[in-house]
Amino acid sequence: MIAVQHFLALSSMLFLIGVFGIFLNRKNIIILLMSIELILLAVNINFVSFSYFLNDLIGQVFTLFILTVAAAEAAIGLAILVCFFRNKGSISVEDVNVMKG
Amino acid sequence: MQASEMAFYFFSVVIVVSAILVVISRNPVHSVLWLIVTFFGSSGLFILLGAEFLALILMIVYVGAVAVLFMFVVMMLNINFDQLRSGFTRYLPVGLLIGLILFVELSLVFSDWVPANSYDYKIQNSTIGDIENTKQLGLVLYTDFVLYFQLAGIILLIAMIGAIVLTHQRKRNIKRQDILAQIYRDPEKAIELKDIKPGQGL
Repeated sequence: MIAVQHFLALSSMLFLIGVFGIFLNRKNIIILLMSIELILLAVNINFVSFSYFLNDLIGQVFTLFILTVAAAEAAIGLAILVCFFRNKGSISVEDVNVMKG
Repeated sequence: MQASEMAFYFFSVVIVVSAILVVISRNPVHSVLWLIVTFFGSSGLFILLGAEFLALILMIVYVGAVAVLFMFVVMMLNINFDQLRSGFTRYLPVGLLIGLILFVELSLVFSDWVPANSYDYKIQNSTIGDIENTKQLGLVLYTDFVLYFQLAGIILLIAMIGAIVLTHQRKRNIKRQDILAQIYRDPEKAIELKDIKPGQGL
């Protein structure tokens, strides 16, 4: 029988792949956003599996809210990206230096 | 091996392999397509866990909206992606190191993790019951969590307004109809009569 640990292992692997992707594609903002989506997906899998194994519906409710925030974040991130590309003609992270951060 | 176990391992392998391909893929369009495969796999896992509503919402929201948005942006922007990958091998050791550290930490946490014995609080929102998952979620979402539900709606509204404000641009050199200017136009001033003498210019 599948235990909760199996799901935890899967979601931690997904989380690690997301973090790894952030470090690997440090120049490409689009793949950075996709890695963030992977991380949020891992969190969602965690929530839903705990919701199933503890017979508690709150995990699924929270997953719904995480889904909302992830969609909003992707929309805003891509809008900023389009805006940035329009001004600079590039999406490289290295060109984001207007504020001298 | 039971059917559910086989389904679990199948979906897990699909999720992990496609997530790795999202990260290391050379072309961002392929990355988006592998992201869609990842979402489909996790949607299958959610169905396996009895969360049908979330599984279908995941498909609609992520595959139907977010992935399409990504695809749209990737294809709309004319970007030289090879140049963006120039530091790929340079960042590989750092990424692997960070991943390894996180993996060790997570496995330390999960290796001897057991649910606390004191987990005996009264479960009010049990997933067990004779009503289906969607109805259960609705019963909880519109009563106990109605404030959070409204807040989620406000977040989406703000995101929509923000995205429109950020990306909308007014074109400047286009002739537009200015209705107020037309209404308040004075016919007396529109035409000027000049009396030009013969042999003289204006």
